[in-house]
Amino acid sequence: MSVVVENISKSFITKNDTINTLSNINVEFHKGEFVCILGPSGCGKSTLLNIIAGLEKETSGRVVCNGKEVKGAGPDRVVMFQEPALFPWLKVIDNVEFGMKLAGIPKDERREKAMKYLKMVHLTRFQNCYIHELSGGMRQRVALARALTLDSEILLMDEPFAALDSQTKNILQLELQQIWLETKKNIIFVTHNVEEAVLLADRVIVMSANPGAIKKEFHIQLARPRQPDNIDLAYLAADIMKELKEEVEKVAKAEFDTNWTSKKDLVLPDSDSDMGTGI
Amino acid sequence: MASAKRIFLGYMLSIIIGIFVGLAIVRFKYLDENVSPLILGLQTLPSICWLPFSILWYGLNESAIIFVITIGSTFAVSIAIESGMKNINPLFVRAARTMGAKGFSLYWNVIIPASLPSIISGLKQGWSFAWRALMAGEMISATKGLGQVLMVGRDLADISQVMAIMIVIVILGVAVDKLIFGKMEINIRQKWGLDKV
Ligand SMILES: Nc1ncnc2c1ncn2[C@@H]1O[C@H](COP(=O)(O)OP(=O)(O)O)[C@@H](O)[C@H]1O
Ligand SMILES: [Mg+2]
Repeated sequence: MSVVVENISKSFITKNDTINTLSNINVEFHKGEFVCILGPSGCGKSTLLNIIAGLEKETSGRVVCNGKEVKGAGPDRVVMFQEPALFPWLKVIDNVEFGMKLAGIPKDERREKAMKYLKMVHLTRFQNCYIHELSGGMRQRVALARALTLDSEILLMDEPFAALDSQTKNILQLELQQIWLETKKNIIFVTHNVEEAVLLADRVIVMSANPGAIKKEFHIQLARPRQPDNIDLAYLAADIMKELKEEVEKVAKAEFDTNWTSKKDLVLPDSDSDMGTGI
Repeated sequence: MASAKRIFLGYMLSIIIGIFVGLAIVRFKYLDENVSPLILGLQTLPSICWLPFSILWYGLNESAIIFVITIGSTFAVSIAIESGMKNINPLFVRAARTMGAKGFSLYWNVIIPASLPSIISGLKQGWSFAWRALMAGEMISATKGLGQVLMVGRDLADISQVMAIMIVIVILGVAVDKLIFGKMEINIRQKWGLDKV
């Protein structure tokens, strides 16, 4: 039971250009594992996730999910997007039940399960609200509950907390850790935020840009639930940041096109110059 | 009343045909490329221009008027459905597909509800086209109905009858617009939270 990405490449053909977004990606995700895919914006993280989800077609290579090649989107690989993608014409509870309704689960069973997951994200009080009555963090929690109801072993998340303020983000990160500990799903979580990656993941996959490829993997074996102020996390984050810094600059150079030069310590101070931390 | 029966029939027919045409255009790219410009062109033809055609086709009778009503509002309805469905947030469709929606269930559970606000404004526009077509048709070719009473007023040189009928036409048009479509629109806007200031 796992997701295997084999030799995936992807190029976009636009009017006057061909962009090689992903080149030769090989990676494996195991049952029950929490993996973060970390990389600078624009390196192709969302593209990779969408290919795994079956929402986007690869140019070459293949994705194998539980021994079967991925041909299209399906409820065994639910995706949570950066925007909540909830339906404004349905109440919260009906949004949570949506996927189960498609699957033809009877009404009573559906309601019971929806309530269970709404409880898990602490939103039972708001079951009869419409989406516009909720805050951004609440909407993302409804989206999480909706994704959980389908009992898929694989949950794909594309920067789900990136649009939230940092307090809300911290709360949701802790809730997600708790939910993962309870459900033991295989979560593939895309982010550009190093602290978020080390806080959540068993394994962090760092991507390089232009074209997107896998640069390095880090295994994180710290006890859970982890707190954001954990000092070991800060060490690891600094380590990974070094890896990432080069890529961020590469993207910045490509995107700002004029002769943008990075001052040496612009992105993050070198660990040598940062003698105080961790003492 | 004769007018009410005509517009009911004509308008219902135009909604049914409009929905089918709109859905077909959204579903099949070939139709979209070839039929859409034609519909857009036909839409600019005032419905009264169909009357000679329809009298030749059906003769001077009920069907001729209903035909004019139907054809007058069908295009507005199908254009609204087409553009409503094409302009929905693609994120809704992507999210639904990852939860297992496809084919008919995708249309029924996501695409149609997501485009409902623009479908309703299309139906509303279709209604006003239908109402105009009815009056035009009745004035020229009917033996009873509001438009015909208006013409009788003219023949008798009875300005008060003419004015009275005109007022009735306005009031009926506004009443349907506000009571039926207005209610639906307000209801949807509240659900979606589009009225927040
Ligand atoms: N639909 C598209 N058409 C053309 N180019 C695209 C498209 N989607 C993505 N890209 C290209 O792929 C690159 C990576 O995009 P994306 O996967 O969204 O990056 P990330 O999620 O890491 O920020 C972008 O820089 C863009 O040039
Ligand atoms: Mg992205």
